Amino acid sequence: MTLFSTPAAPIRTEAPVVRWVLTLVGLAFLGLFILLPLIAVFGQAFSRGLAKYWEVLSDPDSVSAIGLTLVVALFSVALNLVFGVIAAWAITKFEFPGKSILTTLIDLPFSISPVVAGLVFVLLFGAKGLLGPWLAAHDLKIIFALPGIVLATIFVTFPFVARELIPLMQEQGTSEEEAARSLGASGWLTFWKVTLPNIRFGLLYGALLCNARAMGEFGAVSVVSGHIRGETNTMPLHIEILYNEYQFVAAFAVASLLAFLALLTLVAKAVLERRIARSRGSFT
Amino acid sequence: MTAIETRGLVKRFGSFTALDGIDLTVRDGEMIALLGPSGSGKTTLLRVLGGLDHPDEGTLIINGDEALQSSLKDRRVGFVFQHYALFRHMSVFENVAFGLRVKPKAERLPDADITLRVERLLALVHLSNHARRMPDQLSGGQRQRVALARALAIEPRVLLLDEPFGALDSKVRKELRRWLRSLQHELGVTTLLVTHDQEEALEVADRVVVMNKGRIEQVGTPEDLYQRPQSPFVADFIGGANLFPCEVTAVGNEIASVTLGPLSLRVPSVKFQTGPATLSIRSSAVRLGNDGLSNSVLSGRVTHTSYLGALREYVFDTPIGALTVTQPPDVVLRTGDRAQLEIVVGAGVIVF
Repeated sequence: MTLFSTPAAPIRTEAPVVRWVLTLVGLAFLGLFILLPLIAVFGQAFSRGLAKYWEVLSDPDSVSAIGLTLVVALFSVALNLVFGVIAAWAITKFEFPGKSILTTLIDLPFSISPVVAGLVFVLLFGAKGLLGPWLAAHDLKIIFALPGIVLATIFVTFPFVARELIPLMQEQGTSEEEAARSLGASGWLTFWKVTLPNIRFGLLYGALLCNARAMGEFGAVSVVSGHIRGETNTMPLHIEILYNEYQFVAAFAVASLLAFLALLTLVAKAVLERRIARSRGSFT
Repeated sequence: MTAIETRGLVKRFGSFTALDGIDLTVRDGEMIALLGPSGSGKTTLLRVLGGLDHPDEGTLIINGDEALQSSLKDRRVGFVFQHYALFRHMSVFENVAFGLRVKPKAERLPDADITLRVERLLALVHLSNHARRMPDQLSGGQRQRVALARALAIEPRVLLLDEPFGALDSKVRKELRRWLRSLQHELGVTTLLVTHDQEEALEVADRVVVMNKGRIEQVGTPEDLYQRPQSPFVADFIGGANLFPCEVTAVGNEIASVTLGPLSLRVPSVKFQTGPATLSIRSSAVRLGNDGLSNSVLSGRVTHTSYLGALREYVFDTPIGALTVTQPPDVVLRTGDRAQLEIVVGAGVIVF
């Protein structure tokens, strides 16, 4: 009998006082560091009334910043979806030399400072950079222009989609793809009809995180943007400029928009997480 | 007519040789079981036949066509996976229809015909009422039948099944394999099935291919393999046997004289040389209780007993080593009992 008995697990019950104190400390932190700032942002934004709020947001520079942010996010999410699926596909469904190096490299943007990431692109594409003279000769503008901002954002947000897909695809294995192939489906059809539907929630989730980060990215974009008002200012950059110029209401109004997007992302994330859990758990 | 012919198939994974020169001929409409322990190469062989793995060497001819050059689509081989590999986001109906829907437009059936064919297949596997279900709403046996219907939808020339009943409980297994056997007879499709269960192989297959370490040990009907094993491995794997190293002292016409400890026997042999050999004694080829001294009698002491319902199995400690013996259930011995054991020379004793 003793062979199979496990030692009794130590059971700890804290005194009610301890539980209450811990809960309160947790709530206090949450309020101080998350709720209070959020309230401050919206409070400041609306401190001069709705009319002023709207006036600030409809300012041409603000409109341009909002538009640029949306364009950048659109490009980087779309491209990172493609890159992320390809990378995850290659890593999970094939064996090739250098696979572990690629797996490690995917995480590089997470571990590197965004400022350094921005600088890399300046060093590559800037006027004195590696490809600078060639670009200038062909009248191509990357740094201090939209392509540079998109590139920097893609770099910073690259891991989100791939990181989300790799464990999901590893878990699903290759047998459904093999079944599709043996039934005569081409590689392309197999991808569209079998692989993609199986990863759709993971893909959406990755895109969501990628989008949130793309809209909020400051460091890398700041380095490559050049801060040209009305042209290369994204929302985070625009907020900083407004703030430095003591236009607090305007700064907080734009900030409130970003904060609102963040809240929206949070809700969508919660919904998706539930869907993913369901689609994972139900099939064994 | 020959359905499948392989010559010298070799498949390596790194330094591991999974298939080491496979020559196999399968006749049209035959039901073949690939039987072997895990790692013997049976699943790799099936995957090579199905086009899921490409061999490093050798040729493969399916229905007269050189198959290694042709695409999977043209090979027309139905594959049923061990864990079913149903498309989890498609209904049962769509799973079965998949092979018909992915055909190029020129060859594709009209939708109405696809529906008709899928409904017929679902009726064949007794799942007509489950067409709208999703795979996760089915039991293991039902999933297996969906996988089978899906493979049959493309009207395969060869059906390949990888451990088709491996994940099912023993009662469902038995039902399903009887059903599969009669379905295969009805459809007449050439079928290869991988299994590590010798009972399953003997029950369903016309011929059994016994594999070991990437090679084919023996091909034959279930009776062949049991009564005329060609190697100690086959004798042990099919039906179980006690194997002892022995000495062949003289060889005659398919009979050899063998000495092993106190034993001196004249037994059927596939060996034509004197010298060291392996003696195989089936557990059913031992008679209990002979007191007379003879060249075929050992004394033994029971070390282990087990009750198997229709039989009792005893392990004896004897001068030649541990000997497993089966007896009718009314022969009751206890651990420590002594007995005289007579080796009954016949189909159950053979020297290699």
